[in-house]
Amino acid sequence: MKGNANRLVLALAFAAAPTLVHAHPQIGEATGFLTGFLHPLTGLDHIIAMVAVGLWGAQLGAPAIWMLPVTFPMVMAFGGFLGLVGVPVPGVEIGIALSGVLLGAAVMTESRPPLIAAAALVAVFAICHGHAHGAELPPGTSGLTYSIGFVVATGLLHACGIGIGTIHHWSYGRLALRALGGLISVGGVFFLSQAFA
Amino acid sequence: MTRRAWVSWRAAAVALAPAFLAQGAEAHLVETGLGPVYDGVAHFALSPEDYVPIVGAALLAGLRGKDHARLAILLLPLAWLVGGVLGVLPGAPAFVAPLWLPFLAIGGLVAADIKLPVGATAALFAALGLILGYPNGLAMHEYGQGLRGVVGSTAAIFVLVTLVAALAAGTTIAWIRIAWRVAGSWIAASGLLLLGWALRAQ
Repeated sequence: MKGNANRLVLALAFAAAPTLVHAHPQIGEATGFLTGFLHPLTGLDHIIAMVAVGLWGAQLGAPAIWMLPVTFPMVMAFGGFLGLVGVPVPGVEIGIALSGVLLGAAVMTESRPPLIAAAALVAVFAICHGHAHGAELPPGTSGLTYSIGFVVATGLLHACGIGIGTIHHWSYGRLALRALGGLISVGGVFFLSQAFA
Repeated sequence: MTRRAWVSWRAAAVALAPAFLAQGAEAHLVETGLGPVYDGVAHFALSPEDYVPIVGAALLAGLRGKDHARLAILLLPLAWLVGGVLGVLPGAPAFVAPLWLPFLAIGGLVAADIKLPVGATAALFAALGLILGYPNGLAMHEYGQGLRGVVGSTAAIFVLVTLVAALAAGTTIAWIRIAWRVAGSWIAASGLLLLGWALRAQ
């Protein structure tokens, strides 16, 4: 009990610390993190694809369930890197919309391709998402904290997908998951029509 | 979840609390009003460019087992201290390591769960402590916190590395080890984006 109280006091002390902090402001740190964190959450096309990756990983089980969240952020960041250094990736918007269509369809049909094929498909889409979203740093924000926020939010969207995907263990859950995949696919079709409009 | 695991998680939550301060507070070389030692602690806690690679290194050590974790607890703060002292010396030349390098290197090693020998881990931690500690010492000197600021940041690193490395080394549950690797991939991904920013700026 005493140990718990000590930890609580320590945690509160840390939380209260910003009130003691003044001088030499480094402009853009806080806004950088929040802007980066919110960026993936404000684009529905990005959200549905990231959640679909998690859902699909949960359906596929090990090793895909852990391989996808470990590799996806790095491949996505590579896409962002390409965007930042000016390497063009043709058809990025179409690729993003297609990611919703195909990943949703994979969840809907409980598709089980070889792991390498699933990883390659996800990697291609990760590059599209990273290229389109990773390089959009608003002026006045910190690149470091923006990058951290962007990656963390994307990773948490995967985690949400994996969390939701655990309903796969029940028969009704499997059905619900497939329905959700269908919904994501429909969303992807909508974004695809927008991309061609 | 066992009681031991639960206690570890709570300890981690407390250890990670300072990470969230960066969102609420804006500072580079902060003045806490509590003296240079606490300024050093606060500066470290509010500098993601410093504490993220250090957390990554502690995770790397913990994932590799207790020998590596013990080494990290000793070497990371020591190398940081040496680097900081060198930076505080009058006339020390300006040097800042590329921001993306420690992120990409350490995060990549954690994500890939590379099985490094103890000697390689030791060399890596010594290099990391030196290249991060030295510019920290320069900044402490510039803003007048001096050696006591370096001592404060070293103490903060010691506490952080001890907690994170112990937590990671004590993890036997497979999915929690995977969670550490995911954290590594996030660090590496941030590093890759930082490299992109750096190249674009040039």
